[in-house]
Amino acid sequence: MATEETRAMLPGIFYRKPSPDEPPYKKEGDPVARGDVIGLIEVMKSFHEVCSEVDGTIIAFKIDNAEPITPGTIVAEVET
Amino acid sequence: MSISKILIANRGEIAVRIIRAAQENGLKTVQVYSEADKSSLAVQMADETVEIGPAAAQKSYLSVGAILDAARSSGSDAVHPGYGFLAENAEFADAVEAAGLAFIGPSGEVIRRMGDKAAARQAAKDAGVPIIPGSDSVFEDFEKAEGLAKEIGFPVMIKATAGGGGRGIRIANDEKEFSRLAPQASAEAKAAFGDGGLYLEKVVEDARHVEVQILGDGGNFVHFFERECSLQRRRQKVWEEAPCTALSPETRNALCSSAVALAAAVSYRGAGTIEYLFDDRSGEFYFIEMNTRIQVEHPITECITGVDLLAEMIRVGGGKKLSFVQSDIGMRGHSIEVRINAEDPANNFMPFPGVVRDLKVPGGPGVRFDHFLYPGYQIPPFYDSLLGKLIVHAENRDKAITRLKRAVSELSIGEVKTTKPLFLALTEEPDVRAGQFHTKWLEPWLEQNSSKFAQQEGGPS
Repeated sequence: MATEETRAMLPGIFYRKPSPDEPPYKKEGDPVARGDVIGLIEVMKSFHEVCSEVDGTIIAFKIDNAEPITPGTIVAEVET
Repeated sequence: MSISKILIANRGEIAVRIIRAAQENGLKTVQVYSEADKSSLAVQMADETVEIGPAAAQKSYLSVGAILDAARSSGSDAVHPGYGFLAENAEFADAVEAAGLAFIGPSGEVIRRMGDKAAARQAAKDAGVPIIPGSDSVFEDFEKAEGLAKEIGFPVMIKATAGGGGRGIRIANDEKEFSRLAPQASAEAKAAFGDGGLYLEKVVEDARHVEVQILGDGGNFVHFFERECSLQRRRQKVWEEAPCTALSPETRNALCSSAVALAAAVSYRGAGTIEYLFDDRSGEFYFIEMNTRIQVEHPITECITGVDLLAEMIRVGGGKKLSFVQSDIGMRGHSIEVRINAEDPANNFMPFPGVVRDLKVPGGPGVRFDHFLYPGYQIPPFYDSLLGKLIVHAENRDKAITRLKRAVSELSIGEVKTTKPLFLALTEEPDVRAGQFHTKWLEPWLEQNSSKFAQQEGGPS
């Protein structure tokens, strides 16, 4: 068991949901596979997906929905 | 109502532009800002500033409550919405007026009417403005609509009355496609906007985008001639010019008169733009929509007419009459604006927020650069990528393009990747030099010419 950190590669606003009226991509405790979308980053009105780089279980989101982030910010921790 | 202190409910280059107009007219300014805009140029220039919330626009520049609180606490007596954000939000305009302040723009009722595509089309038709052949109202019966589509002639465009940003739009080339696409467009619009109402329009192929600038004081209405904005990427304008050299004097007169007729029909107050498709081959023009705000590309109209549109907009927003009549407004020469965006054209226009380490601004005769940059400024990643608008004015179109090329070459924003190389390439393109383009010209050209847009290395920071 190890904890992997998923980091933002871009600056912008982090969203956990595909749109305001939809449920989050993933909740804490959900299993994830490598390549699964776990969030979105809005950079200058364009949207970029944040994907998990590992298989495992999401143990924590470190950034709330609609919060600003900078490149390198840890957005989630995944237990592998 | 006479106004003395304007709250600017916007940011970026348009906030700077509004502050300049207010200052020249002896008005105090209040700039609202998000946490991410503390160090912005507009905040440095305004007489007073009020922080209204976090970086995300939803919680700051789109928060009606936060902006109204700022207006009350600062003792403002007017609100200028700029463009984007709340500029065409009828509830915001109503709330500003209900709070006893002047909204620098039309009434909420007019914003609401012109913002509803079917209602706007009806208003245009009633005012005698040519509209694109199509259904006069929203349809729900797909079979009946198919019959109408046959009458209009394929291809037809299926549009959602509540649509926007290209969503809920489909083009059907024949009956079979129509019966498949109409329910899709309706479902998409229902999901995105909560309203699945559809209407039909004839597709006018290879048309130009031409628009007329108007101003009204509620009782008097004037136009400031037209702009051509056919060079677009993903329905976003990138290069605009005034006048449109493809129009004959007779067509220009008919076009501009129709815009004034529509403004008068809705008793318009403020600055507005009526957009049209213009078909070179038939010489026909058709109403698309009316934008009830000041537009990004207003400076090219200011260049050819010599009128400060922002100052006049503020004047009528404060309840005064227009300071001129139609015969006072002439046009001279040719003007072009290009949008300098923080986007990398060599990498599919990827946004490029960064630090402005070094800034060299173009100057000389006939050059204007409306922007909000300064050396050391960290461009926030949270908002639109527009950094500035480079505007040139010269005695004719050919000289304006030559001047544009010279001015674009002088511009340097350090390591920030921008759309500058795109414009250098466009000034050398024979079709652009000849004015031979339409709204579908730029995208295929970009595909073929992306190798011309490489810029020096530098990472986002």
